[in-house]
Amino acid sequence: MRVALFVTCLADAMFPQVGKATVTLLERLGHEVVFPDAQTCCGQMHINTGYQKAAIKLIEHQMRTFEQYDAIVAPSGSCVGSVRHQHAAVAARAGKAQLAARAHDVGARTYELSEFLVDVLGVTDVGASYPHRVTYHPTCHSLRMLRVGEKPLRLLREVRGLDLVELPEAHQCCGFGGTFALKNADTSAAMLTDKLRNVLATDADVVSAGDSSCLMHIGGGLSRLRVETRPVHLAEILASA
Amino acid sequence: MTRTATFLGMPTVAPRGVGALRGDESFPAAARKALGNEQLRRNLGHATRTIRAKRAAVVGEVPDWEELRLAGEALKAATMARLDTLLVQLEEQVTARGGTVHWARDANEANRIVLDLVRAAGADEVVKVKSMATQEIGLNEALEAGGVAAWETDLAELIVQLGHDKPSHILVPAIHRNRSEIRDIFLREMPGVSPELTDEPRELAMAARAHLRRKFLSARVAVSGANFAVAATGTLAVVESEGNGRMCLTLPQTLITVMGIEKVVPDWTDLEVFLQLLPRSSTGERMNPYTSLWTGVTPGDGPQDFHLILLDNGRTAVLGDAIGRSALHCIRCSACLNVCPVYERTGGHAYGSVYPGPIGAILSPQLTGVEDNASLPYASSLCGACFDACPVRIDIPSLLVHLRARHVEERAKRPAPSPEAVAMAAAAWVMASPARFRGGEGLLRLGRLLGRRRDRISALPYPLSAWTASRDLPRPPAQSFRTWWKTRASGGAS
Repeated sequence: MRVALFVTCLADAMFPQVGKATVTLLERLGHEVVFPDAQTCCGQMHINTGYQKAAIKLIEHQMRTFEQYDAIVAPSGSCVGSVRHQHAAVAARAGKAQLAARAHDVGARTYELSEFLVDVLGVTDVGASYPHRVTYHPTCHSLRMLRVGEKPLRLLREVRGLDLVELPEAHQCCGFGGTFALKNADTSAAMLTDKLRNVLATDADVVSAGDSSCLMHIGGGLSRLRVETRPVHLAEILASA
Repeated sequence: MTRTATFLGMPTVAPRGVGALRGDESFPAAARKALGNEQLRRNLGHATRTIRAKRAAVVGEVPDWEELRLAGEALKAATMARLDTLLVQLEEQVTARGGTVHWARDANEANRIVLDLVRAAGADEVVKVKSMATQEIGLNEALEAGGVAAWETDLAELIVQLGHDKPSHILVPAIHRNRSEIRDIFLREMPGVSPELTDEPRELAMAARAHLRRKFLSARVAVSGANFAVAATGTLAVVESEGNGRMCLTLPQTLITVMGIEKVVPDWTDLEVFLQLLPRSSTGERMNPYTSLWTGVTPGDGPQDFHLILLDNGRTAVLGDAIGRSALHCIRCSACLNVCPVYERTGGHAYGSVYPGPIGAILSPQLTGVEDNASLPYASSLCGACFDACPVRIDIPSLLVHLRARHVEERAKRPAPSPEAVAMAAAAWVMASPARFRGGEGLLRLGRLLGRRRDRISALPYPLSAWTASRDLPRPPAQSFRTWWKTRASGGAS
């Protein structure tokens, strides 16, 4: 299958290893990956901070960049959540019915990585090997916007050598929330403190998630604590062989 | 009183909500103080975890819970679509059954109507059923200013009132207090309380009982809110746990009910859905202990003088927003508060308004106008737990995003843009063009100068200092993904 990689602006600029891992994984499973290099950002930050007028330009750009592809995959629940559930609504709110229809259409073909693997490709064993103790944080948007449910865990359970430990209070937000982490920094940090306590309680070497943004937040906290536990994206684990 | 502009006798602009809907400071500032209170965080963490578990258990045992939620959502949407006719029908039915209906444009009008009615009844005190509407309009303060004492009879409301405090939760207004704090409040403020009082819950409840019994038996006027009003028959409903509400609704001669106009439901079959959704979502019980229903006046039985005050206080303005109006579907169960990671850490007072938590963050700014509660729509990480818990499926995260947009659009009318608006416009300008976006990589490489000693960035200037105050940032990579992809495509890298 020909898959268009929507790498997300954050992974592109800050976490290229996540994009590389997604490519490695999909190619190993026998699929052709293309990278539409006109892609920039889906506009989620603008939408969630209230700047919908500016976001419209980015939504239009997202459509122009991706609408020619049948399958669009991103290593992010949050960005896919924005494309699938916010773009059409933002366009409709601005009275742009045609753009809303296009967004609806592209949204239906844009998948978060674990969804794509399990629902579209029908695989749970991706042939990965990762001999580490791992705990998994289900990110809010993958969980509650996309309803990925157990899919990431099903993928992780098939990884050779991986010791999966359950994260206490896993479904609680890590406190990132985009500009929330800056506008309400104290509350965000208090939420992160509890998330870190739960991560450390698992004694895992690695905390994984399907979103680079949440991992940047959790990782930023772990780094500040100077502990050994590392944040590693789900794609990187699944790409390891 | 300020006069509202009218056209053919109708207000040209829907009135804004006044009363206890605005805080003295922004949410981040108030939250910062609350977060510093260790006792408060322990009390809240313990209480919300307990209620969450109870709710999850009783919701889990209902096989058609999702269908019930869909029904609740649909019924509320249909009700809002013909609220005008339903309210008139309710008025007709209540009047036909011996009650009197009053219409209050805002909190001030509602307070004045109540005060006039209490005075007409020749009373100088009233007993009160727990009610969000009367908290919203600041009725107790208004009555006190008019020389009338208002006695809260719900245990938690009593604790809040005696403590000269404010409610911090819709269902459990004293959730921020633990039992030893409650004991101290009772010892200090409750007339005739035994100095031997311990902090055993039963003892505290018995002390409140003895105190309240005197009020129930002497009061001539009661004031209540309403959970629902059935338009078809003019029937009012109050659900509660303690039975104090039943006392207030049946013993005094005069009953005054203050109800937000959105509380009306068309018929009894609608009530059936909500009476299933509400207790499981709010107290985590299959059924609430007391459901009181009354229709007008029954000669010789219960209050002989019944007044219903229909309160707008900004609700019509909310109804005018096609996206925002679903905030009016709220049945005040408080499930969204109990699952909210922000509320759990800051508590209710940080929200300023009597409506805290996720529902408060979408309701208060709409009742007052977004500009008056501008920080509330941002008081959320948009984690979505509230939407999942809401028994009438209010899409709170989407409404928060909508209200943020309304705030930004409102702010954009001012002559000078905010620094944030400038930054956002610049970011959009860069991101709308692949060429400019690629150019941004240069900036990231510049960022590599930071954090080169330890491979992490631990201090950044304002506004990013808000991040680095408690979190590091990774050092930007030497090469972006797209640069890697390009070299790979040309056979230059693996």
